[in-house]
Amino acid sequence: MIELPTEALWLVIALPLGGAVLLHFVGGWLGEPRAGYLACAASVAAFGVAAAAAGPFLTGEGHPSQSLLWEWMPAVGASFEIVWDPLSALMTLVVTGVGSLIHIYSLGYMHGDPRLPRFFAYLNLFTASMLTLVLAGNFAMLFVGWELVGLCSYLLISFWFTRPSAAAAGKKAFVVNRIGDFGFLIALMLIFSSFGTLSYSGVFDRAAEELTGGAATWIGLMLAAGAIGKSAQIPLYVWLPDAMEGPTPVSALIHAATMVTAGVYVIARSAPIFELAPGVSGTVAAVGALTALWAATIAIGQSDIKRVLAYSTISQLGYMFLAVGATAYVAGVFHLMTHAFFKALLFLGAGSVIHAMGGRQNMEEMGGLRRAMPVTFLTMGIGVVAIAGFPPLAGFWSKDEILGVVFNQGGFFTVLWLMGLITALLTAFYMTRQFVMVFLGRPRWPEGVVPHESPRSMTLPLVVLAVLSVVGGLVNTPFRLGLEHFLEPSFEGVKLGHPAEGVVSILVLAAVAVGAGSVGAGMAFFAYNRPPAAWGRFQAAFGKVWGWWEDGYRVDDIYGTMLVAPGRRLAEQTAFRVDLGVVDGAVNRVARLVKAAGNMIRPAQSGLIRQYGLWFGLGLVALLAWLLVRGGV
Amino acid sequence: MLTLLVLTPLLGAVVVSLIPARRRELHLPLGIALSVAPLGLAGAMFFSFDAGEASFQMVEKMVWWEPWGVSWQLGVDGISLGMVALTAILFPISLVVSDSISHRRKAFVVAMLFLETGLIGAFLALDLLLFFVFFEVILVPMYLIIGVWGGKRRIYAAVKFFIYTAFGSALLLAAIIALAVMHASQTPDGLLSFDYLALLALDISPTAQMWLFGAFALAFAIKVPLFPFHTWLPDAHVEAPTAGSVLLAGVLLKLGTYGLLRFNLTLFPEATVSLVPVLAVLAVVGIIYGAVVAIVQPDLKKLVAYSSVSHLGFVVLGIFALTSAGLQGAVIQNVNHGLTTGALFLLVGMLYDRRHTKQISDFGGLATPAPLMAGFFLFMAFASVGLPGLNGFVGEFLVLVGSFPSLPSLTVVAAFGVVLAAIYMLWAYQRVFTGPVEGVENRKLADLSPKETAVLAPLAVLVLLLGLYPGILLERTAPSVESILDRIEQTTDYEAPSPGRLADVFDTASEDES
Repeated sequence: MIELPTEALWLVIALPLGGAVLLHFVGGWLGEPRAGYLACAASVAAFGVAAAAAGPFLTGEGHPSQSLLWEWMPAVGASFEIVWDPLSALMTLVVTGVGSLIHIYSLGYMHGDPRLPRFFAYLNLFTASMLTLVLAGNFAMLFVGWELVGLCSYLLISFWFTRPSAAAAGKKAFVVNRIGDFGFLIALMLIFSSFGTLSYSGVFDRAAEELTGGAATWIGLMLAAGAIGKSAQIPLYVWLPDAMEGPTPVSALIHAATMVTAGVYVIARSAPIFELAPGVSGTVAAVGALTALWAATIAIGQSDIKRVLAYSTISQLGYMFLAVGATAYVAGVFHLMTHAFFKALLFLGAGSVIHAMGGRQNMEEMGGLRRAMPVTFLTMGIGVVAIAGFPPLAGFWSKDEILGVVFNQGGFFTVLWLMGLITALLTAFYMTRQFVMVFLGRPRWPEGVVPHESPRSMTLPLVVLAVLSVVGGLVNTPFRLGLEHFLEPSFEGVKLGHPAEGVVSILVLAAVAVGAGSVGAGMAFFAYNRPPAAWGRFQAAFGKVWGWWEDGYRVDDIYGTMLVAPGRRLAEQTAFRVDLGVVDGAVNRVARLVKAAGNMIRPAQSGLIRQYGLWFGLGLVALLAWLLVRGGV
Repeated sequence: MLTLLVLTPLLGAVVVSLIPARRRELHLPLGIALSVAPLGLAGAMFFSFDAGEASFQMVEKMVWWEPWGVSWQLGVDGISLGMVALTAILFPISLVVSDSISHRRKAFVVAMLFLETGLIGAFLALDLLLFFVFFEVILVPMYLIIGVWGGKRRIYAAVKFFIYTAFGSALLLAAIIALAVMHASQTPDGLLSFDYLALLALDISPTAQMWLFGAFALAFAIKVPLFPFHTWLPDAHVEAPTAGSVLLAGVLLKLGTYGLLRFNLTLFPEATVSLVPVLAVLAVVGIIYGAVVAIVQPDLKKLVAYSSVSHLGFVVLGIFALTSAGLQGAVIQNVNHGLTTGALFLLVGMLYDRRHTKQISDFGGLATPAPLMAGFFLFMAFASVGLPGLNGFVGEFLVLVGSFPSLPSLTVVAAFGVVLAAIYMLWAYQRVFTGPVEGVENRKLADLSPKETAVLAPLAVLVLLLGLYPGILLERTAPSVESILDRIEQTTDYEAPSPGRLADVFDTASEDES
């Protein structure tokens, strides 16, 4: 295997970045499909470099390293430096691996779009930004990636910018994320004030000695605030469902597999700080459990194929928060990885369905697609089983480990475990419901829609992701903790949460979780594998509650009336009453006063220069005399 | 070389004024060509500047009028270097985009070149009276640029600008004279002196420092403008022609922040330390207030003008944080704001040239007919919002991280400005450039011409360069900034906070609780 020096890792970022720059300037000239090929090649090449560099960690010979690229703002300890350890290697592989598959998929999905070269430029730019985030060895560089992925998210959500809803959704995503970033910025200020640097090596090694008193708590809380924005947790998750306005590959890459997991990554990366603030960790876990449950209930009531997956993503990210909050960092990262596989699969599958349905996303207009698109049907089926947590697919192992750790923590965590368990049931329910509504039953297609299987470029990534969703969980099972062993160097000295030892408890917990999933899946199957009229009767049984789920508890409306509208009124009052009326009004009143006074002393304006000079001189003398006396010069 | 740098534009003004008025096709190209000369000189100055040196370089001194102790004395250090370079860059650009000015074009070009001499002179002057002369001289061409070539309410705006800033200058002059007199009373030979370096050695009582600081600070606060002295700015911007706005926001306002940094901090260190709360609070109020007011502005140019109030609040906060990082942030943010806001005003001007309106509601969906213009606007908007990787972030980040140790709660409030910036900029972009295109005029809107692109591209390159490698400027400013801070620490009992102090703060807090 080729030994790649850490210094060469900038290539991983530079390849997609170069692709983005090139496409930006000559993409239009390259045209379709060459622009797409270039972007795919850049992404795949980055994966190749990363895989080569990650090799030593697999064999256990690699050592974590940190290398400086260049000084950025020395006064605040900010520099561009790359950290290469198992954690960043794993993240890099997920980003470039899943990213490459989504690049390839986009060749088919975006076919015929006049702005295809621009789309691929953004996709490459996103990949480079996400890699900047995960490879950063310095909180400032992390923030660069953090904000740039936000920028790409903005650009890609509002890719079809002539649709007002898309433009609004892009802005909403960026602004809501900025609220979290506000916390993140404060965290950076606190870190620099405490350590005098923002470099990981300088911070984590000395965390225990420097962060005494409440410092760790505040840093942890502020980092968590940033993570809550980026990973769409309560109360800042509202941007993610709207982000579905973007093209579906974007939803798969940014809003499922990679960017939204950045919050989880940051908390795992900052484990040495969170270790010192158990209260914050507990809060993170509680936010995660609550979000998991809350979003899962909303997912149940959605009829838009992508919005189901959007709320599902929020819910699954909740699981990851629950894990890292319970100090089960490996389990959190594990679920991050498996989720990247099966959620990317589900989104791309949904994209394939939307493609086949001529852009329609309402599941009530689908049904019976299993015959028309067998590959999509089968691969998405695998995705559903994986996310629902049935063994031996990927989701089972990672979700089970999270629930196991949380249960083992006992006390207040038992409540969180129960919430996680109910979420498991709901997850199986809404995913089965989606699967049944889309693929089973009789076709309910509107007139003129003739669904067809998607082209090879789209089905190939589906197949690869399906395989990964089946076997991806085997890297970390209670029988063989491969991933935990792999990640050990990244969590050196950090006390990791673990499930209880003993075969019996593991089996019982797993059985309970799988049981819950079976109940959910079974209910959904019997309720929805019937004519649509019967769905209504089933939903009516929930009364008003179903309406709440459909409307997402009207959280957007509540924010609108409680925050946005008053904020806007406040801004208007400030601008037009205070600024124009009070502040500028005072200026103009003073001016009028001076003018009036000027009229009174007009006789002094004799027009004689000598007289002016006299007054001027006298005034000056008076001033100086006064200064000499008072000033005590 | 510095004298040449100051006088070249003036010489250019003379040359242009000698061209007969009827050869109107010559005035602008000649003006542009003549403004490239100072750019070359400024470039030479920038790269021959010794980065490791804290004190003034390339000093030139000629006694002007000995009895009054006035001298023609110029010099450059890390504080003024970036500002001079920025000025030299923005002038050719502003002239290139001024071909929509048809009325009295010759006078316009002369006024512009005259303005350039005033600005470069003010940044380089090491004699306080000389500084004051330049500081005042600037008002005249700017007054004319707004008042002659401005919009509908140009007279109101120009008079307001002139009187407001001249009022501040009057106090400044009195304070400068007081300093010279003090010099006379403190030196054995009893001579007046306006020499900045000589005045630094004065021993000024704390009370006198307060009064003099107040006079200087008021003059500069109006210029910045610091809340609540800002209301002349939106009026001036809205009425000024594009070139006027670019230079007003890009350079003129920076005289205020430059003055605070150059004179208030060094001449009156004692007063500086005790008045930090006042100025820092005004700065932070300005950050939030300017941003909030910007959100709801119906006029795009006014929106950018209020964003300046917010951004310059960051500069003032950085100055009065009195930390190395904060001061460095202030210096570089001064330059950064000139580049991004200058570019935004250029873009608004280009929109105005096409549509003869600046009302946001008149636009919509312009990214379809004018993708290049939309791209540049979004790029500059994100630079202004403080997207890491672009220049705006560097300044804001240095200011915030640098201010936090000395002014923690105020800095947290200031940091909220980044949220508001995203709201007003992206909402404006959304309304102007996205959505369906409505109206024939919008649908037919021409995209950027090659000339317009050529004007914006160098600014974009600088925005990116300073965003990724600010070292090119920071390494030149750092020593000068340190020496200012050292001076304050030596002359007062102030001590800049060092890293790790935070832990102590939390320790004592938790001890108090227990």
